[in-house]
Parts: sequence; structure tokens; C-alpha cells
Amino acid sequence: MATRTITFRDAVNEAMRLEMRRDPTVILFGEDVAGGATLPHMEGENKEAWGGVLGVTKGLASEFGRNRVLDTPISESAFIGAAVGAASTGLRPVAELMFVDFMGVCFDQIFNQGAKLRYMFGGKAQVPMVVRTMIGAGFRAAAQHSECLYSIFAHIPGIKSVVPSTPYDAKGLLSSAIRDNDPVMFFEHKLLYDVEGEVPEDNYTIPLGVADVKREGKDATIVTLGRMVHLALEAADTLANDGVDVEVIDLRSISPMDGDAILASVKKTHRLVVVDEDYPRCSVATDVIALVADQAFDYLDAPCKMITAPHTPVPFSPALEDVYIPSADTIVSTVKSQVE
Amino acid sequence: MSLTKEKMIDLYATMKKIRLFEEKVSELFAEGKLPGFVHLYAGEEAIGVGVCAHLTDRDYITSTHRGHGHCIAKGVEINSMMAEVYGKATGACKGKGGSMHIADVDKGMLGANGIVGAGGPLACGSGLMAKTLGTDQVTVCFFGDGAAEQGTMHEAMNLACCWNLPVVFVCENNGYAESTPWGYHCAAKSIADRAAAYDMPGITVDGTDFFAVYEAAEEAIGRARRGDGPSLMECRGFRYYGHFEGDAMLYVTEEEKKRNRARDPIENAKKRAIERGLVSAAQLAEVDAQAAAIIEEAVKFAEESSWPKPEELLTDVYVSYP
Repeated sequence: MATRTITFRDAVNEAMRLEMRRDPTVILFGEDVAGGATLPHMEGENKEAWGGVLGVTKGLASEFGRNRVLDTPISESAFIGAAVGAASTGLRPVAELMFVDFMGVCFDQIFNQGAKLRYMFGGKAQVPMVVRTMIGAGFRAAAQHSECLYSIFAHIPGIKSVVPSTPYDAKGLLSSAIRDNDPVMFFEHKLLYDVEGEVPEDNYTIPLGVADVKREGKDATIVTLGRMVHLALEAADTLANDGVDVEVIDLRSISPMDGDAILASVKKTHRLVVVDEDYPRCSVATDVIALVADQAFDYLDAPCKMITAPHTPVPFSPALEDVYIPSADTIVSTVKSQVE
Repeated sequence: MSLTKEKMIDLYATMKKIRLFEEKVSELFAEGKLPGFVHLYAGEEAIGVGVCAHLTDRDYITSTHRGHGHCIAKGVEINSMMAEVYGKATGACKGKGGSMHIADVDKGMLGANGIVGAGGPLACGSGLMAKTLGTDQVTVCFFGDGAAEQGTMHEAMNLACCWNLPVVFVCENNGYAESTPWGYHCAAKSIADRAAAYDMPGITVDGTDFFAVYEAAEEAIGRARRGDGPSLMECRGFRYYGHFEGDAMLYVTEEEKKRNRARDPIENAKKRAIERGLVSAAQLAEVDAQAAAIIEEAVKFAEESSWPKPEELLTDVYVSYP
């Protein structure tokens, strides 16, 4: 399969484009996903208009038309709920919740409707929808546009949750999410959109619920996800220079979560550090540590450590936000404290 | 009006089955035979039946916590409904949903719903499906006067109109959001008037008048089916039972209860159908007896059915597990 280097943004766009080409029931809607595209006065280089607030859906409206790429009113309850209704009656909608922080105005539609219809109806319904949403701090966007919050979704039975870290993973996981017959939350970190990587031109899928060993090592395991994967790999390079050989596991999906991959790695390295940008309480980080404490405690040579955001809202000031986000330096010092 | 004799008998029978189903559920609940809690539809039969008369199995409805009547009107099998209310394995949802979540997607019944106002967005979704795939399927969103004050309903009505979806919003204004009178909880004088805010037709109908509901729904559903967009119907009526079973309805005066009994929608429909020469009293008496037998049979079916097996607890959460 021919590959080339593209951005995370283009990889997400390409997954949607290819899935919409192969399946006419895939439709896309959300606030500004067309964003003026195809309006008569939009000419030349402006023709594609916004294509999403950060340009992720650019070009889809002109290829597929405004009947399959629909701007919505700023009514998250209505259009996320419409995704549930459309999915349970035969479409495969991809709804864009611009920032995950906006879950507060539509969560009922996700956790009480989308997540539960199948169970409440005794297995006689399915809800093959995807909600794509932007996460993450570092954009100087303050407390209501910077959260991760994915842990909340992993808490809810009936939803799958995916947090990709690379362009390759983003494309393959999003294709899987769109083809999946369950509701899937797909979390895109806004600071990853310009990250580049090798991505095949053709369609491919990566199974949900399978972690990826991003770096093999024998001295300690770092379990991480999303943008933190890149920080963990940076820390692993630094640690390698100091003779510490770290394994980096990228969860990719947090529901289902690949417990086998976590346990196998910890049984090999005997040390665990979890790096997670989400809030620390009742989170992916605590979940991973609980799993290891429950099922691999005897293999541990050091206490499990978690490096997360603090239990505070995300601050605005760069001076504060930079301290808020976990750093590669903290990862290095934490791993060192474990192996010494 | 498109009512034939056969259709009138059929629709009357449906109303009667709803009434007897609810009376039986009330009785069973009082005897302690049913788990959980139930919200009964008796008194509102003319609305669900008058509206669903214009739908086929391919059309969709969204419903409310007071959903038994909508289920029966949309053709959900009554044995499976009664078994579901009992929590039995043979229930419409294998006992996993109960009274508040009875559904049958194959019959176009997208579920009773425990969340007030949740059906509006769902209805936009099935409406969007029909529009996207170019079918002539219509979705009816039933909601109560309580739900009329939820933001979801306003968002949904606006979205349905922005996208010109084949959705009909049917507000069943039974006068009370739980125990709070609608004159208190609604700042408007009419819920139907809100249609103007979304530039769609809005009509207030006497929800105890089967023929009025039937005619208004014919118009609204026909309009949606032709691709001319959504409508809002406000059907004013009452419920005979409390918000849920066990509610003593102290907020309704004895005079009001007496007035309601005198406006019984089924008796009213029966009287007028006979007057119009559509049916005879003898024919309807036969229907009454058949309906009673169907409900008795449903109770027998439910009581003789097995409980779900413990392993059922963990299935149907996902379509595909890792």
C-alpha cells in the first residue's frame, strides 16, 4: 500500500472521505462542518470555507454535497440526539461535537439514549454512530475548551471510546469506528492536528480495543494515550540516554481497553507509570492502576505512579497552563524514581 | 376523512385494548405483581390512536414514559408488552427495559423513554434518515406538556424545521407535568402557538375527540409525507390515573375528575361512530369482548413466562465485544 506523510488533521479527513465513498449511509453533521462551503459566493481558494472550526472536514461538503455534510444550529442536544435516532433507523452518522467540553449540553443524548438503547431494547436495536470531538489543553483556550473528559465516557456501558495519537492510528481507528455497529466516541487532541506521519493512501482499519506498543523496553512500562504518547516517547529517548529502557504502550481505545497488553508489559518490566492528560480522579489512569493492582500486584517491583493533570479546571494563562499539562521532564523523573 | 367501517372498528378496538391494558396494569400493580413503577395512558387513547392511524410499520414514533398506548397504537404485540411490564424473558425487550422502555424498532416504535423531552432529538434522527435516503417515511414525536418546557424539544423543533424533516410533533397536554398544572409550568397560553417560532403550522386539538385528532393528524402527517415539513399538534386532554401508579392525584379536584369522566374519549368516539352510521353498537360490543380476551391472554402469557436467565445480564450492551 502506497504511503505518504500527512497530518493528523488530513488523516481524520481522509478516513471520513473514504468511508463516505464506500458507504452512502455515512453522513456527517455538526456545527460549521461545511461552514459556508459550496455557497454561491464562495469562489476560488475560499470555496471550501471553514470545513469545521479547525478545518478537519474541509472539502467534504463539495465532494458529497450538503445533503450528506450538514451544518447544524448550535443545538448539541438536538443534533447528537438526531445522530442516535438516525443510527438506530439505518444511517451511519458521524456527528461532530466541536469541543468535548460541550458534552454538558447534550450528555443525556449520549449516555441515556445512544449508550442504552440496545440494552434497554433487549438487543433489538443498534446505534452505529460516531461522535468526533476535540479535546486537550495547550491551546490557551481556558477551562471550557481544553478538557479531555474521555474518562467519563469510558465509565458508561454501551459506548466505545477511542483516543488516537498518530495520523496512522487516527485514520485506521476512525474507519473502524464508522464501520462499528456500536456508538463510538472519537477524541481528537487539538494539538495533534498538525503532527505528521506516514499514512497509507488506501482505506484500512485498526481494531478498536487493541493497544499499540509504540516502543519496546524492559525496565518500566509507561501506559499512555493521545497527545501524551508523544511526550512519553520523548521521555523514553531521554531515559535511554541514561540507560533506562522504557516500554511505551499507547492504549488507543479506553473502552474497550486492552487489559491484556497492559498486564503483559507490566509482568515483563515490573514497573508502571500511567501518563494521562485527563483529570486524575476516577480516570483512565486510576483504572489502569486498579487493573494492575488487582491482577499483577505480585509482579511489581515499585509502586505504580500516575502522572496526570491536577484536579483543577484548565487555566488560561500560559504561565499556568504550561504547569497544568504533564511534561516529559516529570515522566523522566518519575520513571527514574521507580528504577532507582 | 378516510375512515371506512373496517378502519373505524380497528381503531376503536385499538383504543379499547389500550384502556383495558392500562386498567389491568393498574390492578396488577395494586396487587403487587409488577416490579418498578408504571405510568398509565388511560384517558389519552384518542390521541395515540388517532395519530398512529395514519402511520405504517415503516413509519417511526418516539414516545414518553407514558408509552403503553403509543406501543399498542403502533402495533407492538400486546403479549410481549405485558411480559415486558412483568420483567419476563418473553418481553418485547427481554425484560431489560420494563414499562418505561418498551420498544419495537421493527414496528417503528423507537421506545418509551424515561427522560422527559428526549424523544424530540431522536425523532429528528429518524426524520433525517428518511430525508437522506429519499423515502417517504414519517416520524411522529409524542411528548407531554411537561416535556414542552425542555430545551431539547425547542432544539428539536427548530432543527426539524431548519432541515425540513418529515417529523410531526404531537404534544399530549394532559394538564399536568407530574403534579404541576400546565397553567403554572407553561408561560404561553398555548403550546401550539410555539409552532410560529419555528415557522411551522401549529394546531390545538381536543385530545378527547378522536375524530378531531384523526383529521388533524391526517393533515399534518400528509404534509410531512409530501416533504412539506414538520407540524406541531397540541392535543388537550387528561389522564385518568396519576402521574405514576400510587399517585393519589390530590392536585386534581373531584369536580375536574367528574368532568373528565363525562368526556371519555372512547365512549365519545363510540357514540359518534354509531351516530355517523360507521358501526353498530353490537359490532363494538363484540370488539369490547375481544379486547378483554386479548388482555386476559396477555396476563396469562406474562405470568406463565420465564424470568430472564442470569447470564442475560451481560448481553446486549454492545453489538460487538472485543
